[in-house]
Amino acid sequence: MTVMDQALETGTHDGAYNFAYLDEQTKRMIRRAILKGIAIPGYQVPFASREMPMPYGWGTGGVQVTASILGQDDCLKMIDQGSDDTTNAVSLRGFFEKTAGVKTTTETGEATIIQTRHRIPEQDLREDQILVFQVPIPEPLRFLEPRETETRKMHALEDYGLMHVKLYEDIAKNGHIATTYAYPVKVNGRYVMDPSPTPKFDNPKIDQMAALQLYGAGREKRIYAIPPYTEVKSLDFEDYPFEVQTFDKPCGLCGAENVYLDEVILDDKGGRMFVCSDSDYCEDRRAKGHVGPMAADPAASQIGGSPKGAGE
Amino acid sequence: MSVYQSEDPLLQVHNVTRYYGDRIGCSDVSFDLWPGEVLAIVGESGSGKTTLLNCLSTRLAPTAGAIEYRMRDGAMRNLYQLSEAERRLLMRTDWGFVHQNAADGLRMNVSAGANVGERLMAVGDRHYGKIREKADDWLGRVEIASDRIDDDPRSFSGGMRQRLQIARNLVTHPRLVFMDEPTGGLDVSVQARLLDLLRRLVADLGLSVIIVTHDLAVARLLSHRIMVMRHGNVIEAGLTDQVLDDPREPYTQLLVSSILQV
Repeated sequence: MTVMDQALETGTHDGAYNFAYLDEQTKRMIRRAILKGIAIPGYQVPFASREMPMPYGWGTGGVQVTASILGQDDCLKMIDQGSDDTTNAVSLRGFFEKTAGVKTTTETGEATIIQTRHRIPEQDLREDQILVFQVPIPEPLRFLEPRETETRKMHALEDYGLMHVKLYEDIAKNGHIATTYAYPVKVNGRYVMDPSPTPKFDNPKIDQMAALQLYGAGREKRIYAIPPYTEVKSLDFEDYPFEVQTFDKPCGLCGAENVYLDEVILDDKGGRMFVCSDSDYCEDRRAKGHVGPMAADPAASQIGGSPKGAGE
Repeated sequence: MSVYQSEDPLLQVHNVTRYYGDRIGCSDVSFDLWPGEVLAIVGESGSGKTTLLNCLSTRLAPTAGAIEYRMRDGAMRNLYQLSEAERRLLMRTDWGFVHQNAADGLRMNVSAGANVGERLMAVGDRHYGKIREKADDWLGRVEIASDRIDDDPRSFSGGMRQRLQIARNLVTHPRLVFMDEPTGGLDVSVQARLLDLLRRLVADLGLSVIIVTHDLAVARLLSHRIMVMRHGNVIEAGLTDQVLDDPREPYTQLLVSSILQV
């Protein structure tokens, strides 16, 4: 059953809205752009981005992509900076609960569509999941070359020397590649792509990922995609290879290592702790009995929320 | 490197004409350029010098005429029948273009080292240490101190910017360099140093150069041959000394006699 049939059959949700807010013609147009994006991995497909009932920068691109691929049986998860309960995630989750009436979740494993801002879940994604990114500036060459006509030509001719000029500049000024987020990648040996402002810590996860990745930029009106199991290589120099951030301490709450950590200031006396940025991953681990070095700290109960099953 | 000797011309220009609507930019220009040769195009403002230079350097398609260039494999190719990708590769490996205003030819928001290294990275160099070493070497050759390698060109003086632009163009060992008033806007002592430097580099590297200038002194110092343009036409051409010492056309005589004597 197509989404359109479903929408016709069930009528609108919450009275006035079509299923998932967008009208069916718009969804078709966006799906076409998505299909083209999947066919040409990393290529930015222009699309007629709509006005959404939220400001640019809140994920209007991601929301349109999600609305176009959402079916009634889908289970949706929204992430903002790794967390399920920050403003952006809560608002967008509420948006789709209201306009589509689909099931939502905070558990990575349960979701079929995950819309994210800035992070990729720590848990490995599966083939039956789709990861939708919210992208502010899709053009990796933008800060080096302001002309759109020129950047398009550069993509067409694979003229990517400029990207390395940026990395050169990083090393010259900082002694190492100081780009820590929106780290440029080459997709399938062809297009240089901006993986949206995810920390470069997540770049290795993009490579050969089992799930389909869709990137939507609402203000810039671009959609691009990485099909499952596609080679994605972070750009670097032979003598300055790509490397990700490392943390010298494990997560303060769940003790996880090799995950991306957020710094949380506890008081005005220099107290701080580092906790998993992926809140679902952290809660899941704590529910399974993992305990971090600061889990007993009174501050932990305020910032970590309660482990799954305990307080609900 | 010694001057590259060859019987075959590097560049052949056949009847190049460029119209801007009904007005003539340049009309019916033909000449050959040999390896290692410096050709000056002189004339007053609006005489079509820059239009011709832009046509030759594939920056502006001519209305009529053909321009052929001898590629590194020895084959003559019509420049306007090359694909965009081939043309770009040519422009950043085998050619150089030195703009009058250095800011047009430089990336003002990245360091001097990155400016020189850009062409190397564009043709696939991926070793930071080696790129930096080459950039440092070239900055030395154009008399820019090594400790300025990480500074923005914005912090450079006009003369330094122009020298940086030259280094950036020469790093891939081009065979043909186009220059549009390279000494324009510089004061005379800086001009003199830049001309000295250019003359040395051109001789050392055996470069072919097409230089557009309204300054006859620059033409005399640098060029072997000279073309005088007026109203879009070449009115006189020949060896530099010959044209400047014994001008045939009344207009050339006027130009030569207009040089200020101090």
